[in-house]
Amino acid sequence: MIQADLNIILPEILLAIYAMLALVAVVYTGKDKMAGMLTWITAGVFVLLAMWIGASGAGDNVAFNGMFHDDAFSRFAKIAMLLSGAAVLVMGQDYMARRGMLRFEYPVLVSLAMVGMMTMVSAGDLIALYMGLELQSLALYVVASFRRDSVKSTEAGMKYFLLGALSSGLLLYGSSLVYGFAGTTQFSGIIDVAGHGDTPLGLLFGLTFVVAGLAFKVSAVPFHMWTPDVYEGAPTPITAFFATAPKLAAMGLFARVLFDAFGGVVADWQQIIALLSVLSMFLGAVAAIGQRNIKRLMAYSSIAHMGYALMGLASGTALGIEAMLVYMAIYVTMNIGTFAFILSMEKDGQPVVDISALNMYSKRAPGRALAMLFLLFSLAGVPPFLGFFGKLYVLRAAFDAGLAWLAVAGVIASVIGAFYYLRIVYFMYFGEERDALDAPRSPVQHLMLVLSAAVMLLGVVNFFGVDTAAQAAAVALLQ
Amino acid sequence: MTMAALAFWLFAICVIAGGFFTVISRNPVHSVLWLILAFLSSAGLFVLLGAEFVAMLLIIVYVGAVAVLFLFVVMMLDVDFAELKAGMAQYMPLALLIGVILLMQLGMAFGVWQFADEAQALRGAVTPADAHNTEALGLILYDQYFLLFQLAGLILLVAMIGAIVLTLRHRKDIKRQNVLEQMWRDPADAMELKDVKPGQGL
Repeated sequence: MIQADLNIILPEILLAIYAMLALVAVVYTGKDKMAGMLTWITAGVFVLLAMWIGASGAGDNVAFNGMFHDDAFSRFAKIAMLLSGAAVLVMGQDYMARRGMLRFEYPVLVSLAMVGMMTMVSAGDLIALYMGLELQSLALYVVASFRRDSVKSTEAGMKYFLLGALSSGLLLYGSSLVYGFAGTTQFSGIIDVAGHGDTPLGLLFGLTFVVAGLAFKVSAVPFHMWTPDVYEGAPTPITAFFATAPKLAAMGLFARVLFDAFGGVVADWQQIIALLSVLSMFLGAVAAIGQRNIKRLMAYSSIAHMGYALMGLASGTALGIEAMLVYMAIYVTMNIGTFAFILSMEKDGQPVVDISALNMYSKRAPGRALAMLFLLFSLAGVPPFLGFFGKLYVLRAAFDAGLAWLAVAGVIASVIGAFYYLRIVYFMYFGEERDALDAPRSPVQHLMLVLSAAVMLLGVVNFFGVDTAAQAAAVALLQ
Repeated sequence: MTMAALAFWLFAICVIAGGFFTVISRNPVHSVLWLILAFLSSAGLFVLLGAEFVAMLLIIVYVGAVAVLFLFVVMMLDVDFAELKAGMAQYMPLALLIGVILLMQLGMAFGVWQFADEAQALRGAVTPADAHNTEALGLILYDQYFLLFQLAGLILLVAMIGAIVLTLRHRKDIKRQNVLEQMWRDPADAMELKDVKPGQGL
């Protein structure tokens, strides 16, 4: 039996073993001199694993008595996380190396965080959920304060750690109440006992605390306070990582808990998720207007985008899950491109984060300005670009589920939010002339920017088949 | 009252008293000592439940290692506890308010606590009748929860790497010991014998 179980979690085992071997090998050889190479190798391992999971995975496999699910849903999330993780690793490598903070522990910690995230989206048990979440979070707390000489980076790590620990506490408290009601921590057991008649108060308490704990991790309002500070304080390549794979993992975990464990009491959590969603969309849209720092701006943007993804979950249907997955895939792609651009924003070799530094950028680098225009339009949800179709997907899911008010609120928030994306475009094309930014140095960042901008335009043809995969994933999750 | 019931009340009161005085003691060293009392009494409660192994673990790990470490930290670090507690009065009303609200909510939730009808049948870790309690723990931890056990190991690894990454600094201005170099040192190279003639310097 253990043999079959181990076969199912083979990708996670291999990645964990890779991380440990890499750690030992590099400690005994070149240490930080090998960090650049190790980053590339790790990215390669991520891509290989993603291809392997995509090619070999089939059906719905359950390991360790239901603690671990390998189904279409988890495979979709894992492939997206691994690929985005690889992209972020290679595009940040040059930035970190030039500032002397590329240490060999960085790719190792990211690999271990990835193991945690892969466990999260496969979790079939409250304890497995918590273990995956902690493995991921702990690695992220460390990388957030990776630039330990900088007060801001240390503060980011500290804030993230304290609030993350608080949210873990909420989650555990909720889990214990759920366990007290159901007598089991397994999702399959909880869904069997929850949903016959009225939901008892204890279970409702537990459910609410679990949702609150998870809302912290996806930075949904009112649990978003850490996001802008952590995004601003962490080194930019690490911010780029925060904005991609962990968000997807937390969303995947959210969907798993809500549908696998509490699928019988949809009406009870629907209103909570809808409220989180509408608050996140509006706060993300309004609070970003005053931001001049592009990293803080992206933090508020991520809060708003999480609101839309939660809207998909709030609908509680297969279409809703599909919409959420498509939305997250598009969001991650957009963020990779945008952060590739932010990473290359430099003046005299120093990173620049003020958006007014982009004044008349189109004159100096018309191609890059155009790529950035595509991405910003897509983030804002302007029609011909992929971001618009992502929003359309979740709005339709919410509307079909009878949450018309939520869909209308989403449209209004999207119009408000478009302002600050379009303002950057305005600066790039019509701003007043200022000192020029340095010419971009890293070809990898350039490639990521161009690729992701191209996807925003070309993806509208058929979503590159992502919607079909997301549909299969949604069906697998609801079973 | 039976002996077991008497022992239960004795231990339970000691745990609560220990916990209470841990929080309100003025002297941090006394706090740690009260904490040790709480640990020991909880171990007694575990023995009453028939979980001897957990009771021993509590004494060996918590009292023997953790509490002693606490004691060392408290005595060796120069932490001004009076200063740490200075803000307490200021925040006390708010904290009390939140505490009372939480307590009321808990009362509301637990006052009408309902178990699912199937909860009894779904229990994952039923006390086995035929296995020794240490053996039963091992079966759950290393067999049923194998995956979780390994993940916990990975979490500890991350914590260790993190602690090293965030604190280790290589100072270049100090001399380090290189054991291999010391062992391979050849007396023939290390020492040079000079024959100094009387009346002459080198």
